[in-house]
Amino acid sequence: MYSKILILRFPETEVEKPIVCYLVKDYDLTFNILNATILPRKEGIMVLELSGSRKNFREGVQYLKSQGVHVKNASQEIRRDNKKCTHCGACTAVCPTGALSIQRPEMLVVFDQKKCSVCELCVSACPPRAMEAKPTSKIFFE
Amino acid sequence: MKKYKVNKTYLEINEKIKSGEVVVVTAEEIIDIVKKEGSVEAARRVDIVTTGTFSPMCSSGAFINFGHSVPTIRASEVWLNKVPAYAGVAAVDCYIGATELCEDDPLNKVYPGEFNYGGGHVIQDLVAGKNVHLKATSYGTSCYPNRMIEKEISLRTLPSATLCNPRNGYQNYNCAVNLTNKTIYTYMGTLKPKAGNANYSSAGELSPLLNDPYYKTIGLGTRIFLGGGIGYVTWHGTQHKPSVKRTKKGVPLTPAGTLWVMGDLKKMSSKWLVGVSIQGYGCSLAVGLGIPIPILNEEIVQYAAVSDEEIFTQIVDYGHDYPNGISKSYGQVSYAELKSGHIEFKGEKIPTVPLSSMVMAREIAETLKKWILQGKFMLGEPQFTLLR
Repeated sequence: MYSKILILRFPETEVEKPIVCYLVKDYDLTFNILNATILPRKEGIMVLELSGSRKNFREGVQYLKSQGVHVKNASQEIRRDNKKCTHCGACTAVCPTGALSIQRPEMLVVFDQKKCSVCELCVSACPPRAMEAKPTSKIFFE
Repeated sequence: MKKYKVNKTYLEINEKIKSGEVVVVTAEEIIDIVKKEGSVEAARRVDIVTTGTFSPMCSSGAFINFGHSVPTIRASEVWLNKVPAYAGVAAVDCYIGATELCEDDPLNKVYPGEFNYGGGHVIQDLVAGKNVHLKATSYGTSCYPNRMIEKEISLRTLPSATLCNPRNGYQNYNCAVNLTNKTIYTYMGTLKPKAGNANYSSAGELSPLLNDPYYKTIGLGTRIFLGGGIGYVTWHGTQHKPSVKRTKKGVPLTPAGTLWVMGDLKKMSSKWLVGVSIQGYGCSLAVGLGIPIPILNEEIVQYAAVSDEEIFTQIVDYGHDYPNGISKSYGQVSYAELKSGHIEFKGEKIPTVPLSSMVMAREIAETLKKWILQGKFMLGEPQFTLLR
């Protein structure tokens, strides 16, 4: 099972077509719409989580692109710039999942990305700004 | 009869540094040595104990002389990367303070503000060798007719740049909690409601002034590790308050002594002077500071052997009490408890959060030890010690 959050931009000309439902019908994918809006210039924006097999996912995205839909990856991950981290520990006050924790007795701040829920609270709580939210696999969609 | 069994002088220890016979250990290593060998034997064997601390230290800044331009200017207002610097010093001198904010910063308009760039960041950029944009304005005089200059400056080309921190190295600091019902963003970090976490900021047993609680060896002229280079203690710091309550071993139970330190910014490094952004509060500068404590006698080594179990601080409410100037302690905790990750508070276990980096503090103490062992760093004998 492969799953990603995508941002879709529908040009004005495509906005009235039922494009997304074909992802289910023809590509055996499921989706969960997280946000959808039509902008003043009639351009549509939709944020959805798309899930299915990796092959179907790729083909579904290809289909969207062939319909003139601009597809962007919204999935993000948190990364730490180890050169900037001073191991002060301030981030551990806000991290809700324990992804950022202190290794004792060294008092080293360790970051376990597997535990990270990408809530981004650490990004602005980190005094030297060592934590960054970055798109996961940009290249895949470009 | 002499007061102490071991009596060494600064001169003797410096001779040992020159001859390579000096014995140096860190403030963490000395604890076990004194436990095993006793203070007299430890004082005989060990010559210097190195300390270290690395934490945001407000009341830091740098005096910068940016040189004359043609036509000349008597700068009235100065900005460095859009951060205002105090220009009422002399024609081309200014002071950039660590907590000064970038002029177009949105501050706390959208709470909590991010405070991404300030004076501390300017100092870090300078020591990192980056170009900094300088703008200065004036009203024009006969001898200094220019009314505005803009130029790129870098640390290498500046005529002089001196780090001058009026208050660093606080001897002990509060443990902060928030007893209100809302999360607050303070200079002590994020504090969750109803005492959701307890934040503290001291290197404890590695912290310089906690290893010499009565300032018997620290004063004007003490040579120190400062920002990765060499600096000096030049005075007692602002808010220096030696008269607070102490334990039997002399360790203050609340914030007490402070240091005024100076050093050549040109010799410092961006690893040890780090601009920091404190969410909802503002900007500051994290400073790396380390002091060598000469073991002149067995009393001094006894003080330097202090451990986290013997250093206590007070739990203070930053939600209501602190902003209202109410001085009230909700209990006393040791740094051993704080560093364990949890403290007991009102019958509940609450997580503790450090703001001072032990990893960097340890590295400073080790670096200072290495410098001394290599003969690169001699002790500076103080002209007089800090007020006590």
